[in-house]
Amino acid sequence: MTPGAAPLGKDLLALEPLATEQIQLILDTAEPFKEISERAIKKVPTLRGATIVNLFFEASTRTRVSFEFAEKRLSADTVNVAASGSSVTKGETLVDTARNLEAMRIDMVVIRHGASGAAQFLAERIESNVINAGDGTHEHPTQGLLDLLTLRDHFKHLDGVKVCIVGDVLHSRVARSNIWGLKKMGAAVAVCGPRSLLPNAIDEFGVTVFDRLDEAVEWADALNILRLQLERMQLGYIPSLREYNRVFGVTRERLERSKRDILILHPGPMNRGVEIDSDVADGPFSVILDQVTNGVAVRMAVLYLLSGGKPELAEKAKAGAA
Amino acid sequence: MAASPASQSRTVLDARALVRTLRRMADEIVELNNGTEGLVIVGIQRRGVQLAARIVAMINEREKAGVPQGALDITLYRDDLQTVGPRPVVGPTSIPVDIDGKHVVIVDDVLYTGRTVRAALDELADFGRPRRIALAVLIDRGGRELPIAPDVVGKAVEVSAEQRVDVFVEELDGKDAVILASKSGDE
Amino acid sequence: MSTLILRGGRVVDPSQNLDAVTDLAIVGNRVDSIGRGFGDGRRETGDGTTVIDCSGLVVAPGFIDVHSHLREPGREDVETIATGAAAAAAGGFTAVCAMPNTDPVTDNQAAVGFVARQAQRAAMARVYPIGAISVGQKGEVLAEFGEMIAAGAVAVSDDGKPVASAHLMRTALEYARTFGIPVADHCEEPTLARGGVMNEGPTSMRLGLKGIPSEAEEIMAIRDMLLARRTGGHIHLCHMSTRGSVQLIRWGKDQEIRVTAEVCPHHLSLTEAEVDGYDTNAKMNPPLRTADDVEAMREAVRDGTIDVIATDHAPHHYDEKEREFADAPNGIVGFETALAVNITWLVKPKVIDLATLIERMSCAPARVFNLAGGTLRKGAAADVTVFDPQATWVVDAAKFRTKGRNTPYQGMTLTGRVHYTVVDGRVVHQLAR
Repeated sequence: MTPGAAPLGKDLLALEPLATEQIQLILDTAEPFKEISERAIKKVPTLRGATIVNLFFEASTRTRVSFEFAEKRLSADTVNVAASGSSVTKGETLVDTARNLEAMRIDMVVIRHGASGAAQFLAERIESNVINAGDGTHEHPTQGLLDLLTLRDHFKHLDGVKVCIVGDVLHSRVARSNIWGLKKMGAAVAVCGPRSLLPNAIDEFGVTVFDRLDEAVEWADALNILRLQLERMQLGYIPSLREYNRVFGVTRERLERSKRDILILHPGPMNRGVEIDSDVADGPFSVILDQVTNGVAVRMAVLYLLSGGKPELAEKAKAGAA
Repeated sequence: MAASPASQSRTVLDARALVRTLRRMADEIVELNNGTEGLVIVGIQRRGVQLAARIVAMINEREKAGVPQGALDITLYRDDLQTVGPRPVVGPTSIPVDIDGKHVVIVDDVLYTGRTVRAALDELADFGRPRRIALAVLIDRGGRELPIAPDVVGKAVEVSAEQRVDVFVEELDGKDAVILASKSGDE
Repeated sequence: MSTLILRGGRVVDPSQNLDAVTDLAIVGNRVDSIGRGFGDGRRETGDGTTVIDCSGLVVAPGFIDVHSHLREPGREDVETIATGAAAAAAGGFTAVCAMPNTDPVTDNQAAVGFVARQAQRAAMARVYPIGAISVGQKGEVLAEFGEMIAAGAVAVSDDGKPVASAHLMRTALEYARTFGIPVADHCEEPTLARGGVMNEGPTSMRLGLKGIPSEAEEIMAIRDMLLARRTGGHIHLCHMSTRGSVQLIRWGKDQEIRVTAEVCPHHLSLTEAEVDGYDTNAKMNPPLRTADDVEAMREAVRDGTIDVIATDHAPHHYDEKEREFADAPNGIVGFETALAVNITWLVKPKVIDLATLIERMSCAPARVFNLAGGTLRKGAAADVTVFDPQATWVVDAAKFRTKGRNTPYQGMTLTGRVHYTVVDGRVVHQLAR
């Protein structure tokens, strides 16, 4: 990387275009930020005076709250904007929203939107740093990163770790971010779910496909279990939630059959009894709560790295000191 | 261009002198505190941590005590984050004991502008309220930009603006030394 | 009667197997003769004679675009028949067919008559209205084909939408047979394609965009051909885009089914890779497909499986395209880049020669839709396109005659430029110097 260049660029929109070194940097940077959340005073002055807008077009308590904590623990000023639907339905177009934010001299925008590509659309039109908190079914990069951090904490490395993503990969931005992130860090990636919920082209991405959970459980070191959305049944992708649980639900019996210790991850919120049973979610191998803790640290790391000083100012400062 | 004396490097402390200096600093710290009761030694990343560790070991051996040691990374408290360019790497911070009412001694390798110490003071304030905070530095090179004064100094060195002081520690650099060198071209 | 002489150009007329450097004389609004002899004293050039020097240029029967959207009535903010006809002329088209998905839909004689009259007023490229298959394009009740044809319609189509009901398509083919017109279908199986915004494949997976599988087109193509076989009607398949469709059309023609097919320049030149970065100027229906599909379409143009190249010119407002990808409307403009795209991607790499290109852009459209034109025989309507097949230029949408700016070719250097467009013996477009 050229000295003076921002290590992540202006925005964090996706994991797919990042280099392994960049992902490594984010994970390494997240470590010291974990410690801050353990202190009595959970605050550092690093982003004091920075203004950050959480622009959420889709309702989401957990991601938004996680970002809010990350922002506040860095002493930034945060504003939450819950915007409505798409450009077509009521309200301002995304272009106008972008321009208004820029006019208010916002430093950073965290955006969650229902349309794939919306984060990039915004990033191309404003100077502020843009962080993608989930765009359509495209990517959810900070979720992917906190999953990687959680896995690395447990296995001490990611190279060669076997991770199977279970569930509706077709509609999941979390799955996509995980697939790109894991592959870049050298992990072995597999997916398991009904074929009607797996993208047709998945084979072209170097990902193993397991049609049955029992096969996945024999292979995996960790399972990342995706939430099954009710709409999938209504749109005819699977016949019923009951059948999904019987065939693909991660239950204690299934896991015990394999006699292996398999780490359990879930991005949340969980449908207990559908894709995951309670005794697995609350069991000894579940790191679901660690994911939440790591989420704040990872987001602090991303905010810290993106808000990097302007290289021009650094040059000026050096010239002044000489 | 003929080499001027200032452009050659000079060893300020060799390995033995460095250890001797640390031993004297350790004694001064105990003297300042009238013993080891309530003493907490906190090293500033990076090399301040190694120096603090050595000082703690010396104190504990000489006084048969168990003085606790902490490490502080001040990157997130720097006052120049906006102009320094790409984000510096953040090292680990660890304060293993409650510092309320304690006598904290900050240890750093070189004291120059004083901004690092200011950042450390801000960060310590977020951990608690010590009875007293003192500053121990291996090298004081002058050039203060803030009203910060050390309590324990290993060696004071006159350093011009074209020179820099490099501290090497065995644990990180494979040798113990303090070298005065000229800044070569651009940093 | 005035005389217009196009002198010294390379006259390429596939309808007469002609390819020679010679002169073309137009008297009034008819082609009078082809042969050397003007401007060197052997033939009289009196008052009312204009001579245009066409040396270095190709003189061809005027291009005919059988698939375009002129947006009037209803969306005059985006295009009118006048601006569309002018843009068509700028692209070398002497005639275009206008699809009926206007607002209100062009599904009755009054509406068809309106389009025809607006075109006459514009006095640029000819505009032949296409009437809707079903009232309101709702896919339920047949529109009045007879009345629409009497008012000037040359074909029927529900384009914009597919004809979802096989029964309706069958009935339309049978009823259209009475009047000898083609039924043009936008082939898209609605339940497979629902919500899709680009080709289904690895790119759509990577971008997180819902894909339209190629089967959505192929299923309707074969359905329509089978119905054409049963009814003896003429089915015209709009904007074909996949290798699978081409294979099915070959089968259909082998079976001697009355099927004709069209392809758009963008499906001969661009792939789904253009969607990277969520560029809405790469969003159209049917979507850009794979490199393999593009290769199959080029081969099909070469061997005649695809009869006609049409643009599917679809202007949209800048604000409508400046949106999240999924919300942006489908379509790109095409009149003013069609010739250059075809030359750059078909003629230059020697997939087809110029004569074949002219056949696909002029002779075949006239034949398939039973229109005047497509030939420079003596007595034919004087619709002529004069172009430079080697001139290079950079596409700048800001300079287009169409109101639309939505083109994926913006900034590209293309080969092939129209110099003159003659409609009914009048020069309606001339390249600005």
